[in-house]
This record gives sequence, structure tokens and C-alpha cells, in this order.
Amino acid sequence: MSTAAAELEVVEKKAEPLFSKKNKTLITNPLDIDNPITVQILGVCSALAVTTQMKPAFVMSLGLMIVTASSNVVISMMRNSIPSRIRIIVQLAVVSLWVILVDQLLKAYVYDVSKQLSVFVGLIITNCIVMGRLEAFAMANKPWPSFLDGIGNGLGYGVILMLVAFVRELFGGGSLFGYKVFDALGIHYQGNGLLLLPAGACILVGVIIWVQRTLNGHRESH
Amino acid sequence: MENLVNIGIRSIFIDNMIFAYFLGMCSFLAISKKVKTAIGLGVAVIFVIGITVPINWLIQNYVLVPGALAWLGDDFKNIDLSFLQFIVFISVIAAITQLTEMAVEKFSPALYGTLGIFLPLIAVNCSVLGAALFMVGRPYNLAEATVFGIGSGTGWMLAIVALAGVREKMKYSNVPAPLRGLGITFILVGLMSLGFLSFLGFSI
Repeated sequence: MSTAAAELEVVEKKAEPLFSKKNKTLITNPLDIDNPITVQILGVCSALAVTTQMKPAFVMSLGLMIVTASSNVVISMMRNSIPSRIRIIVQLAVVSLWVILVDQLLKAYVYDVSKQLSVFVGLIITNCIVMGRLEAFAMANKPWPSFLDGIGNGLGYGVILMLVAFVRELFGGGSLFGYKVFDALGIHYQGNGLLLLPAGACILVGVIIWVQRTLNGHRESH
Repeated sequence: MENLVNIGIRSIFIDNMIFAYFLGMCSFLAISKKVKTAIGLGVAVIFVIGITVPINWLIQNYVLVPGALAWLGDDFKNIDLSFLQFIVFISVIAAITQLTEMAVEKFSPALYGTLGIFLPLIAVNCSVLGAALFMVGRPYNLAEATVFGIGSGTGWMLAIVALAGVREKMKYSNVPAPLRGLGITFILVGLMSLGFLSFLGFSI
């Protein structure tokens, strides 16, 4: 671990522009070929549970992006002084501090959304995206790339969340961000209750993965 | 007593951690390829949830809630530590997981050989922290919290073993290539969750 990190530092000693090609891929890759939900299978729990409406899904993606990026930066700055035996508990402590901050902010400014998200804000602590990126990226890279990696994975998570929430709220409840779309168009629409159930979310994510893999050619054997 | 049985059945079938709340999905999807490993992980999860929920209940009611520190004397009556909930709960869970790992290693090396790699993973299983946070939101006493914890773990194990059983048979079916693996697993979980909806009809 430490030798690999040292090697990496030597390689990166040459001054690099802030948005070099390599750094840009840190943001663009998680949006498609390295998406945290559909490819890395991380952070699935909350993706299914908070997506019945778009507003909580949006707040949740924002919260997760902030937590991932900032804990990535903190852990990346401390990476050389964390003993590897107790690294999980150190990571959990850093992540839970950020989550407490986000939770208190949500309670203070958007109380109704915070009530709707209930336990899922707290569950960002054990959201595998945060822990997974800390282990896989921040423990071996400098703060700035780690920050970009956190933002990129937060965005990749947010894109899938908004997509699922869009379909579920539009066809399940006939509204978008709480605005009754079908009523405004003068169309009578009977909401499809299946989409609002947990089962609907699972099947929808399965179909999104199917479409994505048909397009980008990613295959998996059983 | 009747009340405890009700909470147990509710937490196993009706409020199933996977099919009703989607908690613990990451390890549920990643480690459900073989029935044998699924059973091992399930047992470890039941054990950890069954211990951490009552411990967190004690901490919540005697340390964290407003006025909970009154037993220390009058000076502590007005202290409210509930904002520390997340960090305290996750520390308890991580510590208990570590202790469980050490105890199993010492007293039953054979079991450790089977469960070894899964034990540290449980600290970041959302269903463990989720059960602790649900427990806070409901007016349980200590006995009810214990039954709720064990019940939630059992429900999680039931779900992962069932999915592993189905996935073992999946290799005999001709799934479209892009849907193979993760995609079809999601759809399977959706269908199983529909099945579990029928438990909603129970009124207890």
C-alpha cells in the first residue's frame, strides 16, 4: 500500500494542470462506464428507497455528493498517517462527522424533505459509495484528484437517482417535483401504483442497466 | 409476550429489511451467488444486529436523549446529546463487529474460516445501522428492541438465502446477454418483493 502510494507520488511530482485530461475522466467516467450504481453496484439501498419523488432524490444526491467529496479530501490528506488495521473505523468517524453536518443543515433549512428522507440521511454513513471510494481512491491519491473523484461519483449516483425518480414520479404519481403535469395538460391520468412500490423501483433499475449495457456493450457472465 | 411475537413476525416478513426498505442491498447483491456463503453471512448479520440494537437502545435511552443523563445528578438534567447519535451508533457497530470477529477467531476457528472475510463487511452493512435508526423512531422497550433486532436479521438472512437459491438455478436459463448478471438480479429482487407484499394482508 505505502510503496504504491509513494510510487504514485513520484509520478505525479511533475506539475499538472488542474483540469488535465486524466482529471477530467475522474468526473466523466462515473457518469457512464464506471457508474457507481449500475456498474460498481455501490449505494443501491438509498437509490431505490428515496426515489418515489424527485425532490427528495435531488436533495439526497446533493447530500451524498458533498459527503463523498469532502470525506475523500480529508481521508486523502490523512492517508499516510492512518494505520491500516484501524482504517475502517477512522474512515467511518470522518464520514459520520460530515453526515452529521449535512443532517443538521437539512433539518435547519428544508425540514419537510429531511422528514421524508427519515433514516436515509443517516445511512449515507454506510452508503457503500462513500466507503468504496475512500478505500479504492482516496487512500492512494492526492486531495485534488480525490475531490474530483468524489464529485464525479456523486454525479454518477445523482444521474441514476434522478432518472429513476423521474419515471417513478411521472408515471406513478402523475407529477414532477410535486407539480401535477398531466392535470395541467388537461389529460386524465390514473397513476400506476406498481411504480411507487419497492418492486417497481427494482424492476426499473434492472431495465436501466439493460438499456445501458445494450448501448455500451458491457457484458457479464451469469 | 404476544406483543413480542407480533414484533418478531412483523420484522421478519412484513417490514422485511430487503423487500420493504432495501437496506443492506450492496452485500445482498454481491454475495448471493452461492447458498452456502449466503447462509454464513446471514448468520453473522443476525448475530451482529441482535447484539447492537439492544446496546444502542441502552445508549440512546440512558445517554443521548434530552434529559437521559438525569441519573448522573441534577446538573446533567438539561443536556441533549442526540446530535451525536450517528457517530455513537456507528462506533458501537464497528466495535461490536471487531469484537465478534476476535471472539469467533479465538473460540471457533472452524466458523471463523467460513465467515472470516464477511465479518468486517458487516460494519458497513446498511441494515445494521438502519435497524438501530428504526429502533429510535419506534417506542420499543429493551425486550422489544432485542426481538426487533433478531427479527430484522432473520428477515435479511431469509431474503439473501432465497435470492442465492434462485441465482444458482439461473445458469440454466437463457437470459439476453446485456441483461445477464446485475440486470436480471434486480428484476428478480423486484419480483420477490412483489411476493412479499402478500404478507401486508396480515393484521397483527
